[in-house]
Amino acid sequence: MTLKSESELAQFVADTMDPLVIRGGGTRPVGPPMVGDVLSLGGLSGIELYEPGALTLVAKSGTPLAEVEAALAAQGQRLAFEPMDHRGLLGTQGTPTIGGVVATNVSGPRRVQSGACRDYLLGVRFVDGAGSIIKNGGRVMKNVTGYDLVKLMAGSYGTLGVLSEVSLKVLPQVETAASLMIHGLSDGHAIKALSGALGSPYEISGASHIGGGPGGAPVTFIRLEGFENSVSYRLGRLQDMLKTYGEVEAESNPETVAAQWRAIRDVEVFHDDPRDVWRLSVKPSDAPGLVARMPAGCSAVYDWGGGLIWVACAPGMDLRAGLGDFAGHATLIRASAATRARISVFHPEPAPIRAITAGLRAKFDPRGILNPGLMG
Amino acid sequence: MEMPIPRAGILAKKARLVEMLQAVLPAGAVVHDPVETQAYECDALTAYKCPPLAAVLPSSTEEVAAVLRICHDENVPVVPRGSGTSLAGGALPTADSVVLGVARLNQVLETDYDNRFIRVQTGRTNLSVSGAVEERDFFYAPDPSSQLACAIAGNIAMNSGGAHCLKYGVTTNNLLGVTMVQMDGTVVEIGGAHLDAGGLDLLGLVCGSEGQLGVVTEATLRILRKPEGARPVLIGFDSNEVAGVCVSDIIKAGILPVAIEFMDRPCIRATEAFVGAGYPDCEALLIVEVEGSLAEIDEQLGLIKEIARAHDPVELRESQSAEESEKIWLGRKSAFGAMGRINDYMCLDGTIPVSSLPFVLKRIGEMSGKYGLDVANVFHAGDGNMHPLILYDANKPGDLELCEEFGAEVLKLCVEVGGCLTGEHGVGIEKRDLMNVQFSTDDLEAQFWIKDVFDPGWLLNPAKVFPLESTRSRRAA
Repeated sequence: MTLKSESELAQFVADTMDPLVIRGGGTRPVGPPMVGDVLSLGGLSGIELYEPGALTLVAKSGTPLAEVEAALAAQGQRLAFEPMDHRGLLGTQGTPTIGGVVATNVSGPRRVQSGACRDYLLGVRFVDGAGSIIKNGGRVMKNVTGYDLVKLMAGSYGTLGVLSEVSLKVLPQVETAASLMIHGLSDGHAIKALSGALGSPYEISGASHIGGGPGGAPVTFIRLEGFENSVSYRLGRLQDMLKTYGEVEAESNPETVAAQWRAIRDVEVFHDDPRDVWRLSVKPSDAPGLVARMPAGCSAVYDWGGGLIWVACAPGMDLRAGLGDFAGHATLIRASAATRARISVFHPEPAPIRAITAGLRAKFDPRGILNPGLMG
Repeated sequence: MEMPIPRAGILAKKARLVEMLQAVLPAGAVVHDPVETQAYECDALTAYKCPPLAAVLPSSTEEVAAVLRICHDENVPVVPRGSGTSLAGGALPTADSVVLGVARLNQVLETDYDNRFIRVQTGRTNLSVSGAVEERDFFYAPDPSSQLACAIAGNIAMNSGGAHCLKYGVTTNNLLGVTMVQMDGTVVEIGGAHLDAGGLDLLGLVCGSEGQLGVVTEATLRILRKPEGARPVLIGFDSNEVAGVCVSDIIKAGILPVAIEFMDRPCIRATEAFVGAGYPDCEALLIVEVEGSLAEIDEQLGLIKEIARAHDPVELRESQSAEESEKIWLGRKSAFGAMGRINDYMCLDGTIPVSSLPFVLKRIGEMSGKYGLDVANVFHAGDGNMHPLILYDANKPGDLELCEEFGAEVLKLCVEVGGCLTGEHGVGIEKRDLMNVQFSTDDLEAQFWIKDVFDPGWLLNPAKVFPLESTRSRRAA
C-alpha cells in the first residue's frame, strides 16, 4: 500500500484491521521476520522547506536520502550525523529514505564528535496506531516546549507511529578532511590511542580501528575535518602526540579519505562475509576486553573510539548470551530469518524499563498494529 | 495564576506525614515549620508564591525512593527542586505538596577521562561539574546563565541550554545516562557510559520533562576537552535588521562559531551602566566567539570580520586579551541582572527561525508602544532563541497583568512564524496556558500518555507544563 498524503495515511491507519509492516526504502530490514500488510511511505516525498541560513530542512518522510543530501550539498551543507547506508551490509536494494534514517536513528563515524541522528532531529509529524496525526518539536534549534517526543520517535522503528514528516538541523560542509593511520596496533593499544585523540583539543571527527582479518593487518583510523590550515595544524599536533604508538601516516587525498570513511561507516569489511553481524554499544574502554571474551571465529571492528563494535560471528550464534552481562547493549543486525526469529534482535531490558516501554506502546499503538513485535 | 485547590485531606494529615518522612530521613532533612517552608515558596519566577506542606532534603537515591514511596502511598503531590533558579515557575509548590530538594545530593561519583564522562549526583551545580574536571582541562558544555547556582537536576528537567550551545548542543545532547526514581519508588537506570539507546530513547524523553516523570538523582554527563583557546569579537550595527542578516551570512559561510549573542540598545545601555563592559552605544550588538588554536581563531575571525564589514558595522572590535574577553562575556552574562536594577522584568524565551529575526524584533517594538511597556532584547541569535525582557513595575496595580498579556502576544507571534514558546527555560506554570497555541488536542494527548505511563497518579510536579483544564480529569482520578 502506497499513500500520497499524510491525511490519506492517517485515514488508512485508522481504517485498517491488520498488522502493518512500515517501510521507507526497505533497505534496513532489522528485526525479526514480520507478517502484515506492507505500508510504503515512498509516496510521501519531497523537501518542504530548506533555509540554509537557519541550518534547517523539513522533508516528508519518504523523501530519498540522496535527494536531501544533494539539496544540502548544493548549498555547501550536509547531515552532520553521517547516516550509514545498510545496503551493502544487509544485501538490500532500494532507496534509503530520510524517514527510515530517523526511524532507525542511523548515524555514522561522526557520531562520536557531533552526535547521532536524534541529536539533529528538530521535529516530527507522525500518525499513531489509532490514526491520529501528532506533531512534536518544530523547525527551530532550541525547543523545550512540552515533552520531547522527537527523541522518542527517533530509533523507535515505526513501532510508536508512522512518521510523515521530519525536520532536521543541518551543518556546513567542511573545506577539507584528512585521515591519520597507525598500523599494527593491538585492540587495547588502538582504543587507548583513540581515547587520547578524542580527549585532545584537536576535535577529531572519526575514531575507528579495523582489526586484522585474514590477509590484513590492523589499522587504526583518525579523521580530522575543517578549514585547510586548521586541519593541517591539528594533523601535525596529533602525529606528534601519537608517535609513541608507532608511525602515524597521514592521508589527505579527498577521494581516498572519503572512501576510507565510507568503508568504516558502512562496515564494508563484513559485506561479503557469510557470517552473522552484531552491533554493540559499550563504554569505549570496555570494548577490547569484551571482544577478547568472544568465542573463537568472531571478528570485530571498532568505531566511535571503541564505543561501537561491529562483530561478525558464526551463523546462528547467540553472541549476547555468550558474552553474559555487560554495560551497554547488543543488536543482531544481520542473520537468517530463522535466527532472527529465535534470538531477540534488540537487547532485552530490565523489568522496570520493560514496563515503561510496554506502557508507551499500549498508549501509542493500542491495537498493536505498527510493526508489531519488531522491537520485542 | 490558577493552581489546583489543595486537598483538605492532605493538609489535615500533615503531622503524620512529617513523622513518616522523618522516619526515613536523617535528622534535619525534613523542613515543616511554616516559617522555614517559606524558603521553598517560589523559584526565580518570584511573582508566584506558595509555601509547601513540607520540604525534604534527601542525601541518597535510597532516601529519595523512600520519600517518594511514602508520598505515593499517601497520594501526596511532590515538587522536585534543583536550586530553584527556574524562570518559568518550574519548582512552584502547591500548598498540599512536599518539595523534594536535591541540594544534598552533590557528590561527584566517578570521573573517567578515557571515556570522557563524569557521573554526579544531580544536586551538584552546573559550574561545579566543569570545576571538577578543570584540572585536566576538560569541561561540561551546557552553560546556562545561572550556571553558578543552577543544579544539574534542574538542567535535566528543563533541558537547559546556554550561550555556547550553537556548537555543543543543549543538555539532552550531553547527557549519557540517569538514575531516576519513579513516583512509586522504583529506581530505574537509563543509558550509561555508552552512546545511543538500546531500545526506545527514554533518556531523551526524561530530559526536558520538567520533573514530571521521575526524580533524577544521578547523571552521567559527557565531558569535553577544552579548546586551546577562544576569542570573541564585538560587532555593532545601527540596525537590528542588518545585525540579523549578518548572523545569517556568518552561518551560511560555513563557519560555526561557538556562540553568536545579540543585544539591543536598551540592553546595551543598562549593561554598560551596571558592569562597564566597554560596549559601544549602538542599536544592535553581536558577540561572536570562535575556538581553536591561535592560528585557527585568527582565520575564523578574519572571515567573520570580512562578512561583518560588508554590512557597514559601526563598531568591529576583536578582543586583544583574556581580560578583555572576560569583560565582553561579563557584560552579556550580567544583562539580566543589569535589567533587574532598572525595573522588574519578565524574561521571555521563545525561539524563532533565524530568518524571522528582523520581522519579530520589529513587531515586538510595535507591541511595546501599544502596551506602553519597555522591552530590552538579549538572546542567542545563532539559534533563534530570543530573550525579550519586558519591564514593568510590580508595585503598580495591573502592571504585571499587562506585562503578561504583552508576553503572551510575543510568544504567540513566535509560534506564528514557525517557532516555539520556550527554547531553554521550560514551560513551568508561566507558559502552560499557552500550550494550546502551539499544540493541537491530539498533540497534547500524546504528551499526556507519557505522563500516564511514568506517573499514573499525576502526583509529580503538579500543575506545570499543561493547561490545568486539559488535565483536570486525569489529576482527579
